[in-house]
Amino acid sequence: MRMDRAWKRSGIAMIAMIAGLAAAEAGSLKIESWRNDDADIWNSKIIPAFNKHYPDIKVEFAPLAPKEYNAALNARLTGGTAGDIIACRPFDASLDLFNKHQLDSVNDLKGMDNFSDVAKSAWTTDDGKTTFCVPMASVIHGFIYNEDAFKKIGAEPPKTMEEFHAILDKLKADGTYTPIVLGTADQWEAATMGFQNIGPNYWDGEKGRLALIAGKEKFTDPQYVDVFKELATWAPYMGNGYQAQTYPDSQNLFSLGKGAIYPAGSWDISTFRSQAKFPMGAFPPPLPAGDKDCYISDHTDIAMGVNSASKNKEDAKKFLEWLTTPEFATLYANALPGFFPLSKDAVKIDDDLAATMVGWRKDCKSTIRNSYQILSRGTPNLENELWNVSAQVINGAETPEAAGKQLQDGLDKWYKPDMK
Amino acid sequence: MVKQRVQIFGVHAILIAYSALALGPILLVVMNSFKTRNAIFGAPLAPPTSATFSLIGYMKVFNASHIGTYFMNSLIVTVVSMALVLLFGAMAAWALTEYRFRGSTALALFLSIGIMVPIRLGSVAILTMMREAHLNDTLTALILVYIAQGLPLSIFILSEFIQQIPKDLRDAARCDGVPETRIFFEVIAPLLRPAIATVAVFTIVPIWNDLWFPLILTSSDTTHTITLGVQQFLGQYITDWNAVLAALSMAILPVVAIYVIFSRQLISGLTAGAVK
Amino acid sequence: MAEPISQVVAAMPRARFVALMALFLGPAVAVYTLFSIYPLIATMGLSTYTTDNAGAYSFVGLSNFVTLLTDSLWSKPFWNAAKNNLIFFAVHMAVQNPIGIVLAGLLSLPGLKLKGLYRTIIFLPTMLSVVIVGFSWNLILSPLWGVAEGALKAVGLGSLFAPWLGLPSTALVTLALISVWQFVGIPLMLIYAALLNIPDELVDAARVDGLGHLRIFLHIKLPLVLPTIGLISVLTFVGNFNAFDLIYSVKGALAGPNFASDILGTFFYRTFFGNQLQLGNPTMGAAVATVMFFIILVGVCLYLFIVQRRLRRYSF
Repeated sequence: MRMDRAWKRSGIAMIAMIAGLAAAEAGSLKIESWRNDDADIWNSKIIPAFNKHYPDIKVEFAPLAPKEYNAALNARLTGGTAGDIIACRPFDASLDLFNKHQLDSVNDLKGMDNFSDVAKSAWTTDDGKTTFCVPMASVIHGFIYNEDAFKKIGAEPPKTMEEFHAILDKLKADGTYTPIVLGTADQWEAATMGFQNIGPNYWDGEKGRLALIAGKEKFTDPQYVDVFKELATWAPYMGNGYQAQTYPDSQNLFSLGKGAIYPAGSWDISTFRSQAKFPMGAFPPPLPAGDKDCYISDHTDIAMGVNSASKNKEDAKKFLEWLTTPEFATLYANALPGFFPLSKDAVKIDDDLAATMVGWRKDCKSTIRNSYQILSRGTPNLENELWNVSAQVINGAETPEAAGKQLQDGLDKWYKPDMK
Repeated sequence: MVKQRVQIFGVHAILIAYSALALGPILLVVMNSFKTRNAIFGAPLAPPTSATFSLIGYMKVFNASHIGTYFMNSLIVTVVSMALVLLFGAMAAWALTEYRFRGSTALALFLSIGIMVPIRLGSVAILTMMREAHLNDTLTALILVYIAQGLPLSIFILSEFIQQIPKDLRDAARCDGVPETRIFFEVIAPLLRPAIATVAVFTIVPIWNDLWFPLILTSSDTTHTITLGVQQFLGQYITDWNAVLAALSMAILPVVAIYVIFSRQLISGLTAGAVK
Repeated sequence: MAEPISQVVAAMPRARFVALMALFLGPAVAVYTLFSIYPLIATMGLSTYTTDNAGAYSFVGLSNFVTLLTDSLWSKPFWNAAKNNLIFFAVHMAVQNPIGIVLAGLLSLPGLKLKGLYRTIIFLPTMLSVVIVGFSWNLILSPLWGVAEGALKAVGLGSLFAPWLGLPSTALVTLALISVWQFVGIPLMLIYAALLNIPDELVDAARVDGLGHLRIFLHIKLPLVLPTIGLISVLTFVGNFNAFDLIYSVKGALAGPNFASDILGTFFYRTFFGNQLQLGNPTMGAAVATVMFFIILVGVCLYLFIVQRRLRRYSF
């Protein structure tokens, strides 16, 4: 049964897109984004660069805190007050907006062929036909370390998990530095900087990720449980009271020079650049015993699309087209080291830490986080569960086997591999 | 005599201890906001000295956010909402307690539903209405929502209060032939003054502190409130404790200043001159 | 309930009476209906619908509620949140209100010096934003900053320190205590006001009989302020079952560890608006909101029909 007229008028959801109204008037663009950290860079560098080409288009970057972004954006889109350009989360959050006709297709945009299918996959419909956001950047996981700490104990960046643990033991015995800077209070770091960071080496990157989607592998398989087993060994090396250590606490602990190894997302680089006063290096996730090929999480993270209800789609498209250019890619990558452009053009990255991390692409195979595509569509939500169990495993409150079982049981409740 | 001295000393000891607990965290934040980053982490409990004094956090806050605008917005929204909640609330409470008419009990129940449910649950419909009325991104939208939010409880409290006003007062006025509207505005309303503080506390605190409606109803810098502004700022500078502590202090200090200036009125309103 | 209406009003022409009521009740009823009741009804209506992928709505009757209460995917987190909410409320009742009563009793002692200063200071946290309170306490209790640990060490209790906000056994109670810290001013002030309104003659008479301060407080004053305590309890109940901001700002929407600090407000938020990769489900969210409404309704009715009837109102 369709909703009756009264409900429509009561303004739930649909009316906004039918009415097709938007807040901004022609000649100006408002950008919705969760990257409030980047506000300064947008205002001082990116928007002025855009205005060199289009001096008449006034662009306003209006970011929200990441925590509130999804909820507030949805409310604004539904209420018809959202900006003209929307920063797109990867996969289903944005696909849902497209399905609800809140985002436009960008297929016919000039410059879209600057991106590979892989780069576009996070913002493309399941049938691969329609792309609805212009890919901007990916982020890479790995470990950032304090070079002074490594010098003090005479360590080199570890290649294998065995070497990694040897270093951790030495650091712990030395006692000057907190060996692993990670907290479980906010939960997502345990999943993202822990599980998704070291995991690809265990499940062989894309091969494992696609096998999970195809239903050929399960979270109860050894290659997944082993990741949790590794995480379960980290707690003794983590800081005092890590259960209440939040993400900013971790960033501070490391940038104050009190920690040795920081399980990182490349986006942390710009924070550390402005705050840390010691030399830093980076190493990719160490290989588990017996493995030769290395894999890294090179996760498609951010893109931008046009609000279907925008009154100024013409200018919005000009802006998105500019996002596809090498000029933007170079500007963005260097203004925000740690966000790596997704376009095919080669971009020179000046920051040596960022350059190191992006350099891993040459030796290791890239993959994305395995919970993002398709598998987090149902209830219980896989990503939420992953945050929860990863934190629990590190806290010692759940065994690795139980964690794998909980994830798989949750997935089995709604996911049938053939339903794709 | 000695026993009494000991008692008084004990009372003060308890009150001082609790005051320290209430004030301590606030002082700690404010104190550390004036220190260098290393001193904040190195010796958090030490007051700033000439060696560790720093205003860098405040400079960042001033440069990076429109804290003055935010503060004015919060002030406007809170004061206007509160005034209208009091006016509308007192009128409604008076009508409901003084005049019995068919459906007055049902109406009183209807008006008390809002005490029980957070208005946040109706966000989407509110947003749509505001857009259709072209009120999105205005302070008016916030004020309307906050009046609707504050009314039920204020009607509840004011009704309780009005019931305690002696009947002879208005009956005497009525015998003199004073019209009903004047009875309310000239006889009853002044007597409600003591209740104002109670209502104000229950109205101001949630409005001033609200994060959600500013988040969805206002989208530009010129209409942000202080709570939203600080929240956004904290999100952006979360690892920069100089800036974080300075922003927290700047959100705290004006409230403290206003409160200290008006606390005598507020508290005497709450306590003194109750109708006897 | 209203007193019998006076002769003058009864004699008023009907049209004038209607106009008068419209004047007094009109603005309140209009604003309230439009911006509070109507959106809530829209939400309740929404709880009887479901959406498909394209965002089209279809009517499903009460099946969302059946799912919420019987499907373990939904009922488990729901009851967990409800249980935690009850604990959150219990901590407020057990800690906030007694502290409020004791402090109000002390402050109302005749001839106490500095009472204005105490009142001002103790009420201060109530005026602060929950965001700021949550953030400040998060810093203070953070093991990284070490303020709480340092303070405990200074009094020789260093071994008692634990990362309270991060442990499943203590996170919820710690958050409840932070909330108590912030809001203790409200019961304090209301009880203080009620105590001051007690006629002096009553207290004087007791003093002549030779009763001390403590016994006067327990036997004479406290029974007289019971209606106020009842009012505070119901306000606390409503406030606690609507609580959201503090836990959201300290622990995020997933209210960890392992949902140990999840209450109905955060559960609703997560359901309605979603989380990182979890899409918001407005129709299920609306169902959660509706259930919350009924829980609060039942609580308030219990208070009105059982508790309040037994408390004799002291009339001046």
